[in-house]
Amino acid sequence: MAQIFHRSTNTISRVSIFGGVAVLLALLAAVAAINRSSYLTEVRVARAQPVQFSHKHHVSDDGIDCRYCHTSVENSSFAGIPSTKICMNCHTQIWADSPILEPVRASFRTGKSLEWTRVHNLPGFVYFDHSIHVSKGVGCSTCHGRVDQMPLMSRANTLYMEWCLECHRAPERFVRPREQVFNMEWQAPEDQLALGQRLVREYRIQKLTSCSVCHR
Amino acid sequence: MPDKKSYRENSPLDAVREKLGSLSGERYWRGLEELSESEEFELFLGEEFPQGIGAYSDIGRRDFIKFIGASLALAGLSGCGRAAPADEKIVPYVTQPEGWVPGKPLFYATAFTHNGAATGLLVRSHEGRPVKIEGNLAHPDSLGAADAFAQASILTLYDPDRSQVVTNGGAITTWNAFLAALEGEMEGQRLNGGAGLRILTEHVTSPTLADQLRALLTRFPRAKWHQYEPAGRDNAFAGARLAFGEYVDAQYRFSDADVILALDADFLSCGGGRLRWAREIAARRRVRGGKGDMSRLYSVEAAPTTTGAVSDHRLALRPSDIVAFTRALAARLGAGSGGDAKALPTAAATWLDAVARDLESQRGRSLVIAGDYAPVLVHALAHAMNQALGNAGKTVSYTQTVAAEPVDGIASLRELVKDIDAGQVASLIILGGNPVFDAPADIPFERSLPRVAFTVHLGLYDDETSARCRWHLPEAHYLESWSDARASDGTATIVQPLIAPLYSGKTAHEIVAVLLGQSGRSGHEIVRDYWRRQSRGEFETFWRKSLHDGVVDGTAFPAKTVNVRSGAKFESQLPGSSAKSAEPENKEVLEIVFRPDPTIFDGRFANNGWLQELPKPLTKLTWDNAVLVSPKTAERLGFEQKIGTTGGERGRIFVDVAELTYAGVKIRAPVWIAPGHADGAATVLFGYGRTRAGRVGDRVGFNAYLLRRSDAPWQDAGLMLRKTGSQYPLACTQYHHNMEGRELVRSAALEEYRKRPDFARDKEHSNETLYPGVSYESYAWGMAIDTSACIGCNACVIACQAENNIPVVGKTEVTRGREMHWLRIDRYYKGSLDEPETFHQPVPCMHCENAPCEIVCPVGATTHSQEGLNEMAYNRCVGTRYCSNNCPYKVRRFNFLQYADFDTPSFKLLHNPNVTVRSRGVMEKCTYCVQRINAARIDAEKEGRRVRDGEVQTACQAACPAEAIVFGDINDRGSHVAKLKSDLLNYGLLTDLNTRPRTTYLATVRNPNPELKKT
Repeated sequence: MAQIFHRSTNTISRVSIFGGVAVLLALLAAVAAINRSSYLTEVRVARAQPVQFSHKHHVSDDGIDCRYCHTSVENSSFAGIPSTKICMNCHTQIWADSPILEPVRASFRTGKSLEWTRVHNLPGFVYFDHSIHVSKGVGCSTCHGRVDQMPLMSRANTLYMEWCLECHRAPERFVRPREQVFNMEWQAPEDQLALGQRLVREYRIQKLTSCSVCHR
Repeated sequence: MPDKKSYRENSPLDAVREKLGSLSGERYWRGLEELSESEEFELFLGEEFPQGIGAYSDIGRRDFIKFIGASLALAGLSGCGRAAPADEKIVPYVTQPEGWVPGKPLFYATAFTHNGAATGLLVRSHEGRPVKIEGNLAHPDSLGAADAFAQASILTLYDPDRSQVVTNGGAITTWNAFLAALEGEMEGQRLNGGAGLRILTEHVTSPTLADQLRALLTRFPRAKWHQYEPAGRDNAFAGARLAFGEYVDAQYRFSDADVILALDADFLSCGGGRLRWAREIAARRRVRGGKGDMSRLYSVEAAPTTTGAVSDHRLALRPSDIVAFTRALAARLGAGSGGDAKALPTAAATWLDAVARDLESQRGRSLVIAGDYAPVLVHALAHAMNQALGNAGKTVSYTQTVAAEPVDGIASLRELVKDIDAGQVASLIILGGNPVFDAPADIPFERSLPRVAFTVHLGLYDDETSARCRWHLPEAHYLESWSDARASDGTATIVQPLIAPLYSGKTAHEIVAVLLGQSGRSGHEIVRDYWRRQSRGEFETFWRKSLHDGVVDGTAFPAKTVNVRSGAKFESQLPGSSAKSAEPENKEVLEIVFRPDPTIFDGRFANNGWLQELPKPLTKLTWDNAVLVSPKTAERLGFEQKIGTTGGERGRIFVDVAELTYAGVKIRAPVWIAPGHADGAATVLFGYGRTRAGRVGDRVGFNAYLLRRSDAPWQDAGLMLRKTGSQYPLACTQYHHNMEGRELVRSAALEEYRKRPDFARDKEHSNETLYPGVSYESYAWGMAIDTSACIGCNACVIACQAENNIPVVGKTEVTRGREMHWLRIDRYYKGSLDEPETFHQPVPCMHCENAPCEIVCPVGATTHSQEGLNEMAYNRCVGTRYCSNNCPYKVRRFNFLQYADFDTPSFKLLHNPNVTVRSRGVMEKCTYCVQRINAARIDAEKEGRRVRDGEVQTACQAACPAEAIVFGDINDRGSHVAKLKSDLLNYGLLTDLNTRPRTTYLATVRNPNPELKKT
């Protein structure tokens, strides 16, 4: 009985089997790449805001402390977005006529709030608390990046759970002395691990990785 | 399919009795079906979540595979996309208020008025929206606890069905149009001294409102102020006046009482001091370490109540027999004459003998209480007995009444209707209440109302009364209002608003101000003005302190010395005879008892889904009222009840519908067999049957007000109950989550406890396990629940619902066993069908250390925390329900449908922002209020210390008036919970499964009178 298939079909079947696996892997890799791309993570994507507010100017040029505007960062889960009044504390005096600040003056005049677009936005099922991180020696720049070098605000990190867990599993790799928390220019020293381990002991930092720490 | 017919033919109760007879008296049971061990019940037990699987059974194998494939693919797709919504806005203040920290809740003191007195509250507000109600520790009627009504009142605030506009003849109009009309009307009234002006309110306990109304009567000397409330304290007022010649309120001190007799008195769930009394009773009945004394509580009542359920001895008597009992006891104690124990059933006579001896042996340390709804004569005799026993001034004292003007509400309403019929009323202003719905059937309020030309109704809802009035005004909820109110001991609280009126509602203060010609005065000004006149010293300091504390210092009433009028023949002074009894020969005629519903009260909470779905304390019914009868009476009249077994109807209880004939009126109502009810009587719960309550409360249950008459508002003879042959399904949670008769509640008498304090201890089990052990280094959270203290009042259930955003599912879903309460209260009976002992057991998640649910979750959605919590990650859950199948305690709840309301705008304000609102297809359960644990841990860590004992209070614990629930760190040897867990009374549920539950129980100890020991 003659063979139904020609010998070359062996090659075709091999190619299709291994090729199929390769295509699948490529697809998965593509999905993973998209998932980690700034298209989804919004890392380094500046968002349109009602006022082109520059953290770079206010932090590094003017030397204003984070807490002047983000008033509740040490007390509350929410760091706080400055009220129009806080902007106007200075801008009634300086740049008082700048056209770029018109929305701020309009808000102050009319009593209607400015509507900022949220840059660091966690999903609804995640409960994050700024105050405890700040008090345990997690610096602002550890999560938010070099805000003092951002003319327009964007995310420096993905805010994915794996990213959170990097620190929650090994806090010694990231913590810094409390007095350095608001220092944007702080650089991890050579012996970060030794420093970190000392701080973990001193600040009684726990490795909280239970689900209910953040999800409830 | 079991043969329904054969089940019917033998009376099931016969079988039950036989079964009970063959058992020793020690068996605990939960319902009639369980005892009968019918085939249906066995089938029912086999399914954890009774449900309508029949609906999908015609799917073929191929379709099934297709669906599986499609759902897998879709499940994968749903995981794609951004986890957080893009372009979410942050909207800061223009000028941030001082003292406000974004993300931190604020607490404000205010008060909730219910049942004739105020409960002081602390209301938690997140970003300006009230979210959770807690009790105010500084308030005498709260002491930190808050009951189910107060807790649930926050849902009413956000109810989208509340009335939102002023209407004139049903057409929407404006507040100003009303003002113009009212001022015109008052102009006419001024000319004749207000001869045609009538004000109708509920009982007024607000000093400011009373002051305003008195001013109004001065301005319009011929006007009249009427008060009516369907479940008012009329009898208590009349009883005090009969005994003392004046209106007084009795102030009880349970902490000093060794022997307490409750005469038709459910004081643990009604009356202004109910929370304080529950705390005092629990404190006096707490025994630890094999030592300690308990007070003894006797209870005489017709229908089973929460008070009767925790009593050491409970005697079920018909209402007429309660009167006879009281008279005989009074005669025996030398506090009255004419009573004779001979008229009583023999058992009651023996009982009376023992109680009388016990009371007499504790002169000055005993207490006799008549319930608010008990007849006037019982009240008067109770006062006389307290005086005869030397209790006055010791365990009971007297003060002026909390009600500003105590009147007989029914007489007041009758007079109003008489005036209307005589054409003397030109304008009627109804401030709150719903008299068209809840007036007694023989007072034709609804019929007479159209004869008044100018009628105004101020109400939270556009209800039955609004529909009959020309004007309807939306009322401001108490959380939107400035007002004040008095606690049962007179202590005043200033009611402050938590939020501006959502629907521009007005308060009674503002309406009365308009009548006084002070149009435009705000509630704030009116209340401040009143207290400015009352305060001494610097007013601003006084005002700020009073607002902050939630109590106005020094406003508790001083005790009054009153004496029972000597030689008074109370009976002869009563109009008619409240002691008339049913002729015992006529077996068909029963006595009728009227009571407000335990969860929706007199109907005012009918549109509150939380209270509708709250299982009623003893019957465990939801979404319906029923006529309660005793097993014997049911048997005699042929009433039965059984579990529905067809498809989606599992879990429904089918009961017989009866035709009630009383005073010439016939209505049809479902009959519920209530073990422990008095024979020869039927209890009818009013409040249901609303027609204009709103989307939740309309056409639910039957309207018992149609039977209620002004001459016998609480009890009477002459009820005929006839079986109609039709059946009605009731949604009862009693049979759900059953634990198949294992030793789950444990109890002992005090004497037995003293001899064997470890009676509740488990035998040693082997604790071998294949899983590695876990050590809990920092905290180990645990809970201990004292079943002796629990009164089954349901405050914890609603507190949990409010704190944890638990949805309401509706009657149909409840009949399928899908109610979502994370905390349920199981009710157990022990002993005979007719006189059972009752036990309550709150059951939250046990947070097992070896949790059976965790090991079966295929996606790791339920895991164990480092602190021993059994936690749920909702966003991981795919809804396999393996966990609930494997949970021996049946405490997991599944969102079969989209129960949580994501759409109604006002409910978005209600949700606790610290707890996820769950969607369809997700399993959920008690978390030990992990959001509170996390908040306390963060506070402690910031201060560099450990969480202190008592710093974390779970919602259920905080609400409990009896301090039955204690939560804390069991790693801390000195913590309250650790001490309780090492007590000899401590035991766990189903510990032989080696689940190592973190929630444990303290067994019940009761203090029965050895003289009355059952033979």
